[in-house]
Amino acid sequence: MVFKRLSRRLFAPVTAMLSIFFSSFAHAEYVLNMTKGVSTISNDIYDLHMLVMWICFVVGIIVFSVMAYSIMTHRKSKGAVASNFHESTTVEIIWTLVPLAILIAIAVPATATLLDLEDSSKSDVSIQVTGIQWKWRYKYLGEDVEFISSLSEENRDAVSASSPNSVEHYLRDVDKRIVVPVNKKIEFLFTSDDVIHAWWVPELAVKQDTVPGFINTSWAYIEKPGIYRGQCAELCGKDHGFMPIVVEAVTMPEYQKWLVAMRGEQAALAASSDKEWTQAELMAKGESVYKATCAACHGATGAGIPPVFPALAKSPVATGDVKGHINIVMNGKTGTAMQAFKTQLSDVDLAAVITFERNSFGNTVGDLVQPSTIKSLR
Amino acid sequence: MSAAADSYYVPHGTKWPIIGSIGLSTTVIGFANYLHGSSFIMTGIGLAIVIFMMYGWFGQVVNESMNGMYNAQVDMSFRWGMGWFIFSEVMFFAAFFGALFYARAFSIPWLDGASNNADTAKLLWPNFEAAWPLIQMPLTEKFDVAKHAMGAWGLPAINTLVLLTSGVTVTWAHHALKKNNRNHLVMGLALTVALGFLFVGLQAWEYSHAYNELNLKMSSGIYGSTFYLLTGFHGFHVTMGATMLLIILIRSIKGHFTPENHFAFEAVAWYWHFVDVVWLGLFIFVYWI
Amino acid sequence: MTTATTHEGDHHDHGPATGLMRWVTTTNHKDIGTLYLWLSFIMLLTGGAMAMVIRAELFQPGLQLVEPQFFNSMTTMHGLIMVFGAIMPAFVGLANWLIPMMIGAPDMALPRMNNWSFWILPFAFTMLASTLFMEGGGPAFGWTFYAPLSTTFAPDSTDFFIFAVHMMGISSVMGAINVIATILNMRAPGMTLMKMPLFVWTWLITAYLLIAVMPVLAGAVTMMLTDRHFGTSFFDAAGGGDPVMFQHVFWFFGHPEVYIMILPAFGIISAIIPTFARKPLFGYSSMVYASASIAILSFMVWAHHMFTVGMPVAGELYFMYATVMISVPTGVKIFNWVTTMWRGSMTFETPMLFAIGFVVMFTIGGFSGLMLGVAPVDTQYHDTYFVVAHFHYVLVTGALYSIIAAFYYWVPKWTGHMYDETLGKIHFWWSTIAVNVLFFPQHFLGLAGMPRRIPDYSVQFSEFNMISSLGGFAFGLAQVFFLYIVIKTIKGGEKATDIVWEGATGLEFEQLASPAPYHSFNTAPEIK
Ligand code: HEA
Ligand code: HEA
Ligand code: HEC
Ligand code: CUA
Ligand SMILES: [Cu+2]
Repeated sequence: MVFKRLSRRLFAPVTAMLSIFFSSFAHAEYVLNMTKGVSTISNDIYDLHMLVMWICFVVGIIVFSVMAYSIMTHRKSKGAVASNFHESTTVEIIWTLVPLAILIAIAVPATATLLDLEDSSKSDVSIQVTGIQWKWRYKYLGEDVEFISSLSEENRDAVSASSPNSVEHYLRDVDKRIVVPVNKKIEFLFTSDDVIHAWWVPELAVKQDTVPGFINTSWAYIEKPGIYRGQCAELCGKDHGFMPIVVEAVTMPEYQKWLVAMRGEQAALAASSDKEWTQAELMAKGESVYKATCAACHGATGAGIPPVFPALAKSPVATGDVKGHINIVMNGKTGTAMQAFKTQLSDVDLAAVITFERNSFGNTVGDLVQPSTIKSLR
Repeated sequence: MSAAADSYYVPHGTKWPIIGSIGLSTTVIGFANYLHGSSFIMTGIGLAIVIFMMYGWFGQVVNESMNGMYNAQVDMSFRWGMGWFIFSEVMFFAAFFGALFYARAFSIPWLDGASNNADTAKLLWPNFEAAWPLIQMPLTEKFDVAKHAMGAWGLPAINTLVLLTSGVTVTWAHHALKKNNRNHLVMGLALTVALGFLFVGLQAWEYSHAYNELNLKMSSGIYGSTFYLLTGFHGFHVTMGATMLLIILIRSIKGHFTPENHFAFEAVAWYWHFVDVVWLGLFIFVYWI
Repeated sequence: MTTATTHEGDHHDHGPATGLMRWVTTTNHKDIGTLYLWLSFIMLLTGGAMAMVIRAELFQPGLQLVEPQFFNSMTTMHGLIMVFGAIMPAFVGLANWLIPMMIGAPDMALPRMNNWSFWILPFAFTMLASTLFMEGGGPAFGWTFYAPLSTTFAPDSTDFFIFAVHMMGISSVMGAINVIATILNMRAPGMTLMKMPLFVWTWLITAYLLIAVMPVLAGAVTMMLTDRHFGTSFFDAAGGGDPVMFQHVFWFFGHPEVYIMILPAFGIISAIIPTFARKPLFGYSSMVYASASIAILSFMVWAHHMFTVGMPVAGELYFMYATVMISVPTGVKIFNWVTTMWRGSMTFETPMLFAIGFVVMFTIGGFSGLMLGVAPVDTQYHDTYFVVAHFHYVLVTGALYSIIAAFYYWVPKWTGHMYDETLGKIHFWWSTIAVNVLFFPQHFLGLAGMPRRIPDYSVQFSEFNMISSLGGFAFGLAQVFFLYIVIKTIKGGEKATDIVWEGATGLEFEQLASPAPYHSFNTAPEIK
């Protein structure tokens, strides 16, 4: 399958190559250097980066000029005669000590910045960030706000249609942004449910691995309101490239408002699990949950990628006893990529997606699962 | 058919390596398939080929050596070769010792909140308490929980004595060889081999005790993991070493060695001391402290 | 029983056996060297073809050619094959060809084992490559195979990968033992350690690195295996282990590994530059000490690949200081080479061009390495294309360039034929322009925020990716052209003189004919 796709498309870019190449340059707004960013630490890091880069530039120019001069003049074709010197302890010592001195000059500010970077104490807001194949869970500690953020739906469609220009922030947009206040020290606590990911937003200069079973911390003090985008920066499996992060930095009052709204949303969600849902409602809801959460592995058409990711179409589990189906979706299966979705999805989402799976892709079980059932099984 | 003592012996063509490669690949492909449910037959065949290769290869080397085709310089190459081979084995064990030290010094305390991991303990493993040997893992449900750890002063101490004694007996045999005392040589070697296999037997017995009575398994968290991998690889090396000693014993009985020329003996003796030293490390860091 | 020895000159003219079995059973260092070099070239083309898939997919944003999982397999296999299949065997091949000739030995110290070191590799790589066709796909967790992506979450084929790595390890350790035994035991009388060519010196040091770290890699994959199948929890926090422990074990191997791939290159460059500058190498002994310092330091810096895993700050500081320290001995080398050129009488045949290319571009790669070593800034660089740019500058324009330079420099000695100088020069300029178009823009991509190991990217990275891909295709074609040059040179060409180069020194040039006889030195040469 891979190979078919490979051969079918191999020549497309080659033919399109030159035209695209020149047209895209016409309106390019490319970036050459590291961002200065919007947090205190990102500015320090940027300065340090520039310092080291300039040092390398200067040393490089000196070394390469000497070399170039030598190449130009000390060549046989110009009649140069080789001299025979081949040792000098003095110069060896000099060119050991000078680089050493340069390194010390770099190490001093680097140490200061590093100590600062690693000090996430005295924070005002704490957010626990959990990496999950291939989405992020954010939990505002002490605020009772928790949600999952993954690649936005338009983006998903753009990926499957292979049309990156059809959306504004290709691969860098999410369904739910994380909102944080400006001018506050925000502490992030990173962990993971499965493999190692890394949460990276260049403008905040936060890049930290999320290690399953451990918590790493980092922090940001954002000085400018705005929307900052990043993505997962540690290979974490198939959809590593599709794990974006969007941070919205707002003023404190707006942040408070957002928290209240989020709490309200969550309460409404919880309440909705007590209501009786119709088949049609569940199917509609289920389809969107499926697309957002399950299709990454089980495929948009339920075909999966066997044998690693089983097909759900005609799957014995998805067409068999509903208890087994609920069980695997809620509790996952340890040792496989199938996660325990009860920690990620609401009662309604779970009920809906299970109902959807039992009645789609050619599966025609016909039954439906009510959110209340799920709630009672938690 | 004595080739020169003044020139370096360069063999011309050999079929053993390619047989070895075929054997090795058969073994590992068989084993990988075995791990996914196939039978063990292919692995067995592969191992048989490897053993055949070693038998043939070493047999040829023994023959050449007996025919006096190796001069002192060749002997020296073998010495460098064996010495650095043993060093590479040391580094292999170092990886597992490294894992052991890492777990003891870092990961376990960190899971309990040490260093910069206060949040790890608070948010993820509130009930976990660091300890070594680690019996109660952070998430005990996933693992086999042992009743208690393996003590140092029962069988392991006896095994230490067994191995240390075998180190003495092999040295005794070496001195005998250098003095051309065949009887003592054979006696010393036979004792060493016996002690070696005794060690392996006791170790097996200990394993069955640990497995059945203590419920200490490879799947008993990091303690079980390091315990079995370190002692297991060590036990495997003792078995190899004892087998090599056995071969040397047979060769000694056949009179293959002279007081001047017996590098095979020395190589195996070096190996044996290496196995001995690794055991001391194990005894101290796995069983004792 | 055949009792062929190098004795009495009775087979000075004893040529090789014929047919396929010659190559399968050979114990001759030159034959084995040739086998290694061909294996390496095939692997370069294979790994390169995978790189072409990567570059083609990244030519434009959007998923064009391959599935993400397959893309990850390509990245993984490309890295593994280039490191273990292309660069390392090429250096071992060069060692086999050159070390006995350079130190005045009849052959390698342990010829049968030499054969085995080689003949494990084709099996190992076949096994590794076969994983791509297995159910569930090949390994897709990067050449660094971090747990738990490579343990709990990996495809079944991973076990074959694990055993392939074991086999490569066995091969490397045997190869290294052989090099050590040869250098320490087989030198002609009078060839004292401080008279040895630097290629021999750097290989001696490399061999020690190999023996010290390949077994650790074997340990790492063994722990992976038991975590996967036997219930151990080395890399599982739930059982008291730590996924990050994997990285420590891996990089304890991995960092010295990158110097394994560059130290022999230093030796090659130290042979070529003096020849074409017609002037002795400046600072021979400081070169030896610098190489040894680099090797020793290389054991103490591994966690600079792990600045973002959440180490305690004292660890980060230590690893930062130790890492940047490596710039000092490396700088000594660069300065020595430049000074060797200074006031020489230079000519610029192809080997010299590649050597100069090496010095310039390796230094650029070294500078980006220094930048990466500054821990707080690595927060921004880590796992971006800046890192990819760094290591391709040191590996492609470093290690690979040195190997190409070595080929042009010694091939007249090996085959007795001069390569075609014009084609060689074309090869150099074509490669050098292409490789910079290929990798220089990746610095910008990394700084602008493009992560590595992604099959698809956000549109702001389009332009540089396209440029990079174009450079990639051009560089790839240049290496196909190189293949043509290699074959052409082997088949024929102007007859080489024994000394080959006007300024050449060393036993292989001064005391052996071109092509070198099948057995180099049956009687030890005079060392002045
Ligand atoms: C041949 C291989 C090779 C070589 C020689 C090097 C050389 C160096 N490397 Fe590199 N490196 C790799 C191969 C190599 N590297 C690979 C493959 C990776 C990625 C692995 C992966 O993740 O997949 C990597 C990644 C890597 C990282 C991790 C980046 C990250 O993932 O975040 C770091 C960080 O410190 C680093 C640092 C260095 C340093 C400091 C050197 C130094 O040795 C460089 C020293 C040289 C110079 C500095 C230039 C010359 C010196 C002078 C002219 C003297 C004067 C100069 C000054 C003092 C300014 N390397
Ligand atoms: C050791 C040496 C080495 C060498 C020589 C190379 C050579 C090349 N590398 Fe490699 N690379 C690595 C080591 C090396 N690489 C490593 C260790 C990684 C990290 C892997 C990981 O992340 O796990 C990596 C990762 C890596 C990436 C990042 C992938 C990712 O993060 O997803 C890219 C992307 O551009 C890349 C490109 C190239 C290219 C274009 C070449 C070119 O120089 C190749 C040129 C050679 C050829 C092309 C072969 C000859 C041509 C043919 C066989 C015919 C086909 C030709 C055409 C169609 C034109 N490499
Ligand atoms: C990260 C990958 C991944 C995601 C996302 C995922 N699954 Fe799975 N799923 C798996 C894997 C792997 C298995 C196979 C487990 C096993 O080996 O039994 C599986 C198995 C299943 C099964 C059992 C199928 C069978 O025949 O064995 C069902 C039902 C299922 N998943 C439903 C879902 C639902 C519903 C979602 C979304 C809410 C989802 N999965 C999301 C990876 C995933
Ligand atoms: Cu998550 Cu990459
Ligand atoms: Cu490194």
